[in-house]
This record gives sequence, structure tokens and C-alpha cells, in this order.
Amino acid sequence: MNELHELAHLVEQGQTQRVATLTQQLLDKGVGSPTILNEGLIAGMTVVGEKMRGGEMYLPEVLQAASAMHASLNILKPHLIKAGAKPVSKILMGTVKGDMHDIGKNLVGIMLQGAGFEIVDLGLNVSPQKFIEAINTHGPSIVGMSAMLTTTMLNMKTTIEAIAAAGLRTKVKVIVGGAPVSQKFSDEIGADGYARDAVLAVDKVKQLLGLAA
Amino acid sequence: MFGKAPKPITCGFGLQIGVGQVYPELNFTLPTMMVDETNWPSVVSHYEEMGEMIRRAAKRLRLPGLMVEFELLPPMTERPEWGAQITSILHRHLKEAHEEFGLPCALRVTPTDIREITRPPELRSGEAWQVLCQSFTQCAAAGADVLSIESVGGKEVNDEAMMHGDVEGVMFALGILGPRDMAFLWKEIVATCASHKVLPGADSACGFANTAMQLSSQGMLPEVFAAVIRAASAVRSLVAYECGAVGPSKDCAYEGPVLKAITGSSIAMEGKSASCAHFSPVGNIAAAMCDLWSNESVQNIRLLSGSAPEAFLELLTYDCRLFNTATESGTERTYQKLLVDSDVHESPQALVLSPESTFRIASAIVKESSHYLKTVAAAREAVSIIRDALTQNTLRLSVRETQWLDRLSRSLDGLPQQEEDLIHRMVERYGHLFSPESYGL
Repeated sequence: MNELHELAHLVEQGQTQRVATLTQQLLDKGVGSPTILNEGLIAGMTVVGEKMRGGEMYLPEVLQAASAMHASLNILKPHLIKAGAKPVSKILMGTVKGDMHDIGKNLVGIMLQGAGFEIVDLGLNVSPQKFIEAINTHGPSIVGMSAMLTTTMLNMKTTIEAIAAAGLRTKVKVIVGGAPVSQKFSDEIGADGYARDAVLAVDKVKQLLGLAA
Repeated sequence: MFGKAPKPITCGFGLQIGVGQVYPELNFTLPTMMVDETNWPSVVSHYEEMGEMIRRAAKRLRLPGLMVEFELLPPMTERPEWGAQITSILHRHLKEAHEEFGLPCALRVTPTDIREITRPPELRSGEAWQVLCQSFTQCAAAGADVLSIESVGGKEVNDEAMMHGDVEGVMFALGILGPRDMAFLWKEIVATCASHKVLPGADSACGFANTAMQLSSQGMLPEVFAAVIRAASAVRSLVAYECGAVGPSKDCAYEGPVLKAITGSSIAMEGKSASCAHFSPVGNIAAAMCDLWSNESVQNIRLLSGSAPEAFLELLTYDCRLFNTATESGTERTYQKLLVDSDVHESPQALVLSPESTFRIASAIVKESSHYLKTVAAAREAVSIIRDALTQNTLRLSVRETQWLDRLSRSLDGLPQQEEDLIHRMVERYGHLFSPESYGL
């Protein structure tokens, strides 16, 4: 088996130690860090995403795979910087003001991390002002908002309006999700995208960023 | 058996629970709208409308009894006077229904556990804790007959552990953190209830076991894991009773039958008629031992028939007529068996809720001395129940589910006997998520 294929397979299996070891071996052999990232890690996590979508993997197994990928990324990071690799897109996430449900948002964050994105998680009960401050601080490509209650989902609209009033709306894409949220609601409040689950959220983010889903 | 509890209670306007009949417990919430200062008059009008609807529909349906639950939304807990105002409105409507046509009824009020607003949650002090206490006090004074809560102590660790499939972490959250918070919280709730002559109802492992149930329904967690978490979560909910809670248990506490088996207290349950709020694999079996039968929650929106809460009150009423007619005709065992048999072979989550399973889980719990050991014993018994069903060919699991059952079994066997050993290990693993002082650690 090609060693990059083997790396992808080990990522899929969540073999953290072996992934780290093989990553170092590949670097030692002179394989470029962007190649290892794309053809090993991202390739492995793409299969993981497909398997989760197809009901073939449970979340703990996905997290184990993500953990293996991060073990490799920690080794690759200085090499990627040296190689001038384009930094991964940042995604800012938070549960909107008044809402204390965050497991759905956390799941989306985990899946996005697994797909190679950098996540800045603002937690729960996040005010529009806090979203704005974080956009200015972190410069994300995407802002993800979550709400679980029919009485808090309208705070997504308030937040989008606040982001626009701060002159930042053109700098970020906004995606929304949560049990009471729908595509129709997303359209009505002026969000750029909606996904009904964590797996589809990854597709939506890739689509919004012009990456292959 | 449904409708009958060894320790029945009387609450509100002459509502007797657990003496033979099953009654509806109606719960409703607002449609999509903001709950803020500007909208408050509109919020109030929704609850007035629902209160009037209850009076009208209860009379039309000739209800023999009714529990209404008012589950506060977070802003209504954060502003205790708001929660108290709605409590007072619903209390007035129930009082009028009782005076007008003798409806035995009661109002359960459930403030939101707002202590998790900070991370790590500050559970025993701070503003959120103070406000939560005020909410309980003001709702009790405003006309609540039963106080309940869906508390969150341990959830910050349970969420993380559950997602990683970490049985040690889940046992730590459910068996050590959860019971410690419950003991602290319920001592306060029981004291508040005593000073206002209100019944301390019970708690729910909603944020724990129901989260697992929902993740499993989305294919994110194995069903066997959700079933084991359900069984183990009963110990945490049981602590409320150890502190003086008398029931009825919360509707979303699907662990209710285990609680009933141990405490003899009445339980509220929800299943097929709560699909307006969420789906579940336990639609019929959840009803097998209920004393109150609930719809969990429905928005006050218009349907073709009328308002959604009224439609669901009618649905619950017909469900309850079936329970009660079965009892009156002496066929309650047959009806209970149908409720059980129609679900029990379909899912391990249904299996652990059967009367036989809940008795086994309850028996395993009472044999142990500490909350930690009780939680582990309940989890092990759930694994054993599932294995027995597989052996008897009364339950089928996929290969992946079976592999997870083995993994759960191995993890449970590997747990330390001494809880101090687990605490030490878990502080290292999850110490960044929780404050030890919130749990008296």
C-alpha cells in the first residue's frame, strides 16, 4: 500500500500513535508537508465524513480519527508554515444569546475540525457584540450560529443585523443551525447557509468557501 | 402498573396521582418569538390564551383530572418576577376550572437550570444560583403546586465523555458529579417547597440520557450506549427523592419506571404523544408504568383543528381514557403487555424500560451503597439485560452495536472500585471542564 494511502487508512482507524510515527517517517523521506496533509490526513478524514454520513461510523470513532489527524498536524505544522501553505480557514462558532444548548454546536465544530478547519468556539449565550469582537479579533471566513429554542432563534437575526451594522457582513459568511431552524428561516434572516446536521454543515461550509464538498 | 403508585400524592386542586387513574400532563411553549421587555405583553397574552384553552378543552373533554406543566424559558428564570407572573396566570385559570366544573388539577412549575450559563458552571454560588433560588421562591409563592427542575450538574463532563464514548467519564459524571450536585440542589428546593407548602416534584436526566437518545437516533452514538446511559442515569435522578422529593417525576425522565420501582412515587412519562417535541424509540413502552402521560412540549401555534396545545390535550386525553378503561375493565395487565411488547424487541433503549428490566435495574441499584457504585451497577445490569435478550433471540443488534456492547462491558469491568481513584483520574482528564468546588470536591 502506498504510504500516503496507509496514512489515510490509519487516520480513518483512529490510530493516533501510528499516524504520528508514519507522518514523521514520510517527512524524513522528503515527502512534502502539503502532500502529507492533503493525500494522507484530509483524504482519511474525507472517508470518515462519508462513513459517518452513511451511518457506518459513530461519533466516538470519528473523534478518534480526528485525534489521530491532530497528532499528525502537530508534527506537520512547522513544516507547513515553512512551505508557505495557505492557512486553513477559520470558523467562528457560538450558541446565540439566551440559549444554553451547545452540544449540537459542539458536534458541528468537531466535524469541521475533522475536515481540517480551525474552530474558534465562543461557547453559549453569545451576544451579538461578542460575535462582532471575535470577528475583528480572529478574522474568520465563516460565522456559525446555533439555537435550540424557538424563543432564541430570532437572536440569530439580531446578530446578523449587528454584524452588518458593524460593517463586517461582507467579510464573513454566516451559517445557522439548531432544532427549530430551517432553510426557510435561514433565508428569511439573511444567513448564507443552513445545515440540518453536523455532517451536512461540513458540506455547506465547503460550498460557501468554494471548496469541493 | 400505570396509574397506581405505592406512594400516591394529592396536590393542587384535589388532584390525586397514583391512586388508579392516569391523567394528562400538558406542557406548552411559545411559538417563534423573542422573550424580552418589548414582547412581554405578547408573551403574557399567549399564556392567557393557553390558560383559557385549558379551561374550555378540559370541560369539553370531561377530563377527570389534569396536570399542567409550566416550563420556564431562560429569560423567565433570569427574571423571577416574569416566571412568577405566568405561574400566577396559569394558577388562576386552573382555580377557575376547578371552581366552575370541579376539575381536579394542579400546576407543576419547572424553572430553567440557568447555572450552566458560565463554563465551567458555577453551581453553588454566584448570580445564576441566587436568581435560580429566587425563581423557585417566587413561583412557589405565585401558585405552583409542584416544583421540578431538569438540573445540569455533571453535564459539562458527560457531554464530552459521551461524545468520545468514554464510559469512565460518563460514570464519573452520572455517578459522582451529578449526585453531588443533586444533593446540594434538592436540599434547597425541598426547603423552599416546605416553606410554601408546595410539593417537591422531581428531577430528570434529560440533559444526559435524552441527549444520548437523540444522538443515537441521529446515528451518532450506538443505541446500546444510550440504553446503558439511561439505566445509569436513574441513580442521579434518585438523589432528589433521597433529599425529600415526592414526585411525580418529570415527564422527560424516561428513567421514571426505575425511580417508581425504588421509591414507590408516582411518575410522569412521555412517548408517542410527545413526538411534537422529539422522536424516540420508546413511544409505547414508556407508558407502561406512568401515572401522568405527557406531550413534553408543543408550541402555541394554530393547526387545522385549533391550537396545538389543545390538539395535544385531546390526544393525551384519549390516551388516558384507554389506560383508565383498561383498569376499570380489569384488562390493565393485557394493555400494559401490549404497550411493552410493541416496542421491546425493536430497540435496546426500549428493552431497558420494560417492567422486568426496570425491576432488575432497580434491584441492582439498591444492593449498592454509594451513588457511584449504584450507577456502575445499573449500567452493568443494562448490559446484562441486553445480553440476555440477545441470547434469547428477543432482540437483534447489528454487528457494530454488538461490538459496542462488548466495549461497554469491558470498560465497566475496568472501572475502579473506589470512587476516589476515578475522581483522581477524571480530574486529570476533564479538570478543564468543571470546577471541583461546584461539587464539594
